[in-house]
Amino acid sequence: MNAPPATIDWPEKLYGTLKRAGIRQVGYVPDAGHARLIDRCRADPDIHDVVLTTEEEGVALAAGAWLGGQRAVLLMQSSGVGNCINMLSLARSCRFPLLMMITMRGEWEEFNPWQQPMGSIVDPVLRLSDAEIYRATKPEEVEGLAERAVQHVFGDERIAALLLSQQLIGKKVWTK
Amino acid sequence: MSDAPRPAGLERRAAMAALLANRKDDLLVVPGLGSTCWDLAAAGDNDRNFYLWGAMGGAAMIGLGLALAQPDKRVLVVTGDGEMLMGMGALATIGIKQPPNLAIVVFDNGHYGETGMQPSHTHNGGVDLLGVARSCGIATCLDVADEVALADLAARLTRLNGTLFARVAIAAADPPRVLPERDGAVLKARFRAAIGV
Repeated sequence: MNAPPATIDWPEKLYGTLKRAGIRQVGYVPDAGHARLIDRCRADPDIHDVVLTTEEEGVALAAGAWLGGQRAVLLMQSSGVGNCINMLSLARSCRFPLLMMITMRGEWEEFNPWQQPMGSIVDPVLRLSDAEIYRATKPEEVEGLAERAVQHVFGDERIAALLLSQQLIGKKVWTK
Repeated sequence: MSDAPRPAGLERRAAMAALLANRKDDLLVVPGLGSTCWDLAAAGDNDRNFYLWGAMGGAAMIGLGLALAQPDKRVLVVTGDGEMLMGMGALATIGIKQPPNLAIVVFDNGHYGETGMQPSHTHNGGVDLLGVARSCGIATCLDVADEVALADLAARLTRLNGTLFARVAIAAADPPRVLPERDGAVLKARFRAAIGV
């Protein structure tokens, strides 16, 4: 997916939320929807940016960060949720705070039908994993929902996922 | 039990004890689930141990998050070959970050000990985890096959100054389990209290 145009400001708002929350570690599997947020985090000397080979690594990374007194966030797209399921037991069994920000695929003007199966079950799978779900479909609600997710996660050592609707990200532009 | 001939190797409980013989308060230890967790418990309980009863494939990544968060302390992950194989991508991720205070030690007995000692991918000269770690760019990679090399590894752990990976050849035995605390929230809270976060 091509990166969203610069006129979209919710990634900047998310970066601001992460900074205010004192996030020091950002685990991510590269994702076009998160491209600008990832760039901001990589450029921040106070943030350890950790590129992962699979999203479940990020669940374990966040647990280790919290053991050491740092707050972490895990950035991924919806397909990555499926890669995390067993590792989410770590957060649940130990009550580790786990903040996930997930860009959705397979739900709105999706060109690639193979994104649909996982995209369609992200919400129930995360709920079954004891995550609180915050779904943003409009740019103006992203920041407020992100702040609530942060509070849920770090205020009470819980799991939360901010789902960023595909409408926020736009159509994937396919070129040949 | 596998009928295949077992490669010689170090006795796991003694190997763990040797690595932790001169343990100081600035050493934080994360075992993999299963045998290495029981080995760590057998070496003596410590609030700075974070025992894993699950999260297979996650031990090294927990170590990475912890090492990044606590740069003035040293983090030792001791896990088994099966657990490392499940999370082998973590070696690539760690190879990129290279935290100087992280050591990953694999007790390699070539078997899945918790499930009936079925041969693992490393069995009889199969997958070479040391080669994997080297190709992931981890600065120091050690092959530990005898007491002398084990003593050298233990000494290096006290003055860690670069990401370290060691493969320790372990005899395929299945000693009695020594079970630590299993409440994850308790383990987490006591660990954080011990290091003052």
